[in-house]
Amino acid sequence: MQISLNINGEDHKVDVDLRRSLLDVLRHDLALTGTKKGCDHGQCGACTILLDGRRINSCLSLAVMHDGATITTIEGIGTAEDLHPLQRAFVAQDGYQCGYCTPGQIMSALAMLTEAEEGWPSYISESLEAEPDLTDDEIAERMSGNLCRCSAYPRIRQSIAEARAQMRAAK
Amino acid sequence: MKLFDYHKATGLSDAQTKTAAGATLIAGGTNLLDLMKLEIQTPEVLVDINPLGEDEIAEQDGGLRVGALVRNAALAAHPLVRQRYPVLSRALLSGASGQIRNKATTAGNLLQRTRCAYFYDTASACNKRAPGSGCDALEGRNRMNAILGVSEHCIAAHPSDMAVAMVALDAEVAVEGPEGARRIALEDLYRLPQDRPDQETTLHPGEVITAVILPPPPKGRQTYLKVRDRASYAFALASVAGIVSVDNGRITAAALAFGGIGAKPWRNRAAEAALLGQAVGPQAAEAAADVLLADAVCHGDNAFKSALTRRLIHRALRELTGETA
Amino acid sequence: MMAKDQATMDVTLTMDTAQPRRLDQMVQGVLGGAMARPEGPLKVRGAATYAAEHAVADLAEGVLVRATITKGKVKAIDEAAALKLPGVIAVLTGGPLLRNPAQGQASEAPEQVLPEVHYFGQPIAVVVADSFENARHAAQTLRVTYTEAKAEVDPETASTVERPKKSQIETGDFDAGFQAGAHQIDALYHTEPHTSAAMEPHASIARWDQGRLELWGSYQMLKHNVAELADAMGLPESKVRIHAPYVGGGFGGKLGIAPEAVAAAHAAREIGRPVRVVMARQQVFDMTLRRTETAQRLRLACDATGKITALAHEDRVSNLPGESYSEPVAQGTHFLYGGADRRFTHEVARVHRPAAGSVRAPGEAVGMIALECAVDELAEAAGIDPVELRLRNLPKTAPKGDLPFSENALGRCLKEGAARFGWDKRGTTASRRDGDWWVGLGVAAAVRTNVLEESIARVTLEPDGSATVATDMTDIGTGTYAILSQIAAEMLGLRPDQVTVKLGDSDLPKSSGSGGSFGAQSCGSAVFLACQGLRAALAKRLGTTEEELTLKDGTATSGNRRVPLADVLDSGLSATGHIKPGDTEDDFAIAGYGAHFAEVRVHAFTGEVRVARMLGIFSIGRVLNRLTAESQCHGGMIWGIGSALSEELQHDRRDGRIVNHDLAGYHVPCHLDVPQLDAVLLEDTRDDQANPIQAKGIGELGISGAAAAIGNAIFNACGVRVRDFPATPDKIFPHLPFDDWG
Repeated sequence: MQISLNINGEDHKVDVDLRRSLLDVLRHDLALTGTKKGCDHGQCGACTILLDGRRINSCLSLAVMHDGATITTIEGIGTAEDLHPLQRAFVAQDGYQCGYCTPGQIMSALAMLTEAEEGWPSYISESLEAEPDLTDDEIAERMSGNLCRCSAYPRIRQSIAEARAQMRAAK
Repeated sequence: MKLFDYHKATGLSDAQTKTAAGATLIAGGTNLLDLMKLEIQTPEVLVDINPLGEDEIAEQDGGLRVGALVRNAALAAHPLVRQRYPVLSRALLSGASGQIRNKATTAGNLLQRTRCAYFYDTASACNKRAPGSGCDALEGRNRMNAILGVSEHCIAAHPSDMAVAMVALDAEVAVEGPEGARRIALEDLYRLPQDRPDQETTLHPGEVITAVILPPPPKGRQTYLKVRDRASYAFALASVAGIVSVDNGRITAAALAFGGIGAKPWRNRAAEAALLGQAVGPQAAEAAADVLLADAVCHGDNAFKSALTRRLIHRALRELTGETA
Repeated sequence: MMAKDQATMDVTLTMDTAQPRRLDQMVQGVLGGAMARPEGPLKVRGAATYAAEHAVADLAEGVLVRATITKGKVKAIDEAAALKLPGVIAVLTGGPLLRNPAQGQASEAPEQVLPEVHYFGQPIAVVVADSFENARHAAQTLRVTYTEAKAEVDPETASTVERPKKSQIETGDFDAGFQAGAHQIDALYHTEPHTSAAMEPHASIARWDQGRLELWGSYQMLKHNVAELADAMGLPESKVRIHAPYVGGGFGGKLGIAPEAVAAAHAAREIGRPVRVVMARQQVFDMTLRRTETAQRLRLACDATGKITALAHEDRVSNLPGESYSEPVAQGTHFLYGGADRRFTHEVARVHRPAAGSVRAPGEAVGMIALECAVDELAEAAGIDPVELRLRNLPKTAPKGDLPFSENALGRCLKEGAARFGWDKRGTTASRRDGDWWVGLGVAAAVRTNVLEESIARVTLEPDGSATVATDMTDIGTGTYAILSQIAAEMLGLRPDQVTVKLGDSDLPKSSGSGGSFGAQSCGSAVFLACQGLRAALAKRLGTTEEELTLKDGTATSGNRRVPLADVLDSGLSATGHIKPGDTEDDFAIAGYGAHFAEVRVHAFTGEVRVARMLGIFSIGRVLNRLTAESQCHGGMIWGIGSALSEELQHDRRDGRIVNHDLAGYHVPCHLDVPQLDAVLLEDTRDDQANPIQAKGIGELGISGAAAAIGNAIFNACGVRVRDFPATPDKIFPHLPFDDWG
């Protein structure tokens, strides 16, 4: 079945097996291998992408269900010459080790910051209605869908906090 | 994953007709795809119901009507839910991850399948997956399995957090089928396993969930507490949704629903009744726990859940009946 | 001794004696600092290419099939039915397919036993199709019949128990010494099995070209992996090339060639087309090596002053029949505590569970949980502060073999760590409460044996004055790209970005590979030696000596002569460095030391444990890159959190299979389990006996003892002594009072 996807601002037409996940379309059909497969069951977060601006696990998505969708992947947020503030911060803070979960962490963080800006609470928020205060614990809870077996967690969160400060300053 | 025919639903009646004919509906797909990849479910026909809309949250009769396709994240973040039904918001936020909550839907969450490890392994005997094959969980590693509502054929636990809060809130499910529309108390949507654990709901053939109806917010304070093996992104060992009113030091209303321990989101009205009129304190919690847990059937690894649930009741009641911060 | 071949400038060093601290005399000033990884920009853009991602044309997809019996034989596989399914190209069984991955440094094929089945989950076939979806479906529906045999799966009751002679050690008279102690503890500890669970699943792409096999894989030790793969396929090593430029985590799980690599190679040869095989996450659990469960009995006795006089560390582990590996549980104990009367016993139960092998810090990772909790119990029994008890027991020489230590800063780590952590605020047992949470502090010593492995690297000074480092070493997230560029830059007077590091190609000079925390020091030493060769050659060209030559910022200086490096290079210079272990490892006890401090909160109602603060302080000789070294410490400490609180493979008691074989069931720590950590490195230490760069391993020291600090903190917080790890809520709450709502 043929579907159209807008990925990182570019239109793609792909003929897909009905069973193919969005993740495998990215990795196999479009050679966008920045999005990683760690578990294929929504248990690790390595495949996180933005679908219409929201973070999802691309492994738990049938490609055919997303005909016409607008998708952002790690390849779409920065370039070698002009890294995204999150990407810069991950490099500077050593917010990774092996690098395999990194694209997922970054895409998840990007959407998580938007969610917080929109006032979304988390399970550990003291108040469900107050403006979220993105403490280290708050970032941790909101990022817990992204596993990192190298366990770069402390520095991943430092990277996110640093990038957030820079992104806010730039506004 | 087995090959299937794929259709986008053109309307509610299309979805009804196809599901009556044996098709499987897919919305968020966060659990169904998981199961299809392992061939635990092998639908011949998959009907994508996302075109149906039903993604609105609207005030209705003093309560809320939550469309079947409202995403878990949107429901948890909705201002009226956060304000009036904090137990629901918390329950949703305690479940899965930010990514999954963005995709998973209200109806899909209700209809998700158990995470029993033996249900998930096609090389195991499982009466839920393969009726009549037996239950490897009974004498297996059943730490995550249920202790209430179980049978000698199945001890699977219902994994939802959201449904637990909704059951405590007396939510109803709006369904539409070939025989028209009806509402089912959410508690009654689920069947107990008995000798047919594969039959999980009371939906009739062709019936499609269109919404969850939340009654007007109850009086009293609300909480959702969840105990799990890691701090986040894990299923409950035990959880409780509690809504309790206190007047003059005595409990005047109580709703307690439990997750992680029941074959379905678990609520026991007799246990709640045991709280009514009681003075706030540990004795009240003991009274409710005694009633609730009298029916518990444990299978080795999950034996701790009974005592853990008792402690959760204490913790919830103390939080709900203590002085406000 | 150092041999220099002037013709080739190659330098070989056998580590027989202490080496001068030559790196301290270099002036570029780039070594040791917090330099960002050079490959970082690729990783954050998703542009670093992992095993399954290499663009190889005309790929077919292979999916492995597992055994669903514990022991017996594959009677028949319905190949014909599978071949009728859409897209299926081949169904292959038997032949070279592996029972389980090779053990680390095996350099030979692991067992190839088909049609026999030795454990539930063993790979028995690979299905190849034109697409992943077609291969997966055919694999899932493949009809297999078996002849089943009885099998034992419980290590406690196994009828075959081996007692390797070298691991049964008795010194003095333990029974008498133990009886005579002023204070004794006798405790039985258990740890559950663990798994590496690297985020990148095992994956291989195999392509044949005129009888030569090229494999893109996710592997840690390429020279061994080439030997293993060649042996498995019946090829000379010269016919095998492996690429692994980026490895998405290893932790021991990718030390040896694994079933997917041989399946890909076999299938590609059979169908005459490149094949990719990626293990499903469940298969990574089912058919790669686990860390064994352990049962450990610790008996400690001390005199009235807290001095340990008698010590017994007895353990039972398990493995599959035919695997020579057994977890060296008591390894750390030999480096930590003395006493005249000692007993070590080590039992290996043969069971038909998935094979056991090395997982991060084999030995110490689980042995020190029991040891360091038992020492805490002894301190409690003797009424002595646990830091103080450890300080009173610092050995002057290594307890085993009475060898002198090469460098041992355990005492300093304990004292400095205690001061930094605020150990003096530790209260008595169950004395601190914050709302519903009990709060407590715990300590444990850290030790991890240090090993140097033979390693070769080539360093080339290019005509433009830049440099290239080439070795088959891997970077599994450890920071190899960074530290090798720093060592070469420091030695050659260059900016690190002027050094290109080429790794992960088995055609390059053979290194130690990544494993056992020996990669950085072994491979780093080889790079150091190669640079020594280059420096000597440059000195010769400049008419001076290597000792007189100063290289800085691309300029060579000798006396009052200064020349740009590029001016003396002509067509470039190349040298090979070759390090070999020697006498120092027999003459000295060489290990990394440290101390862990943890503050935990235990929920009074539910027994949930949260780590609130954690500090690890480590002495590892020279620090090559503070940033990546600290990241390694964080990783180890967090693995400690996992093994203390949540990680546990659950084997079915009937058939031995791993029941929780996915990342929802096996709980590696997630973000919220982990607070900001304090990792402190003693930056002024050097280990002259370890290697010519005076650096020791750090990847595993951080886990060694970490879980014990948490276990001990749980005891201090709430008075519950957990002896069965992980300390999940059910192991704690039954012992906590709750019904007064206080």
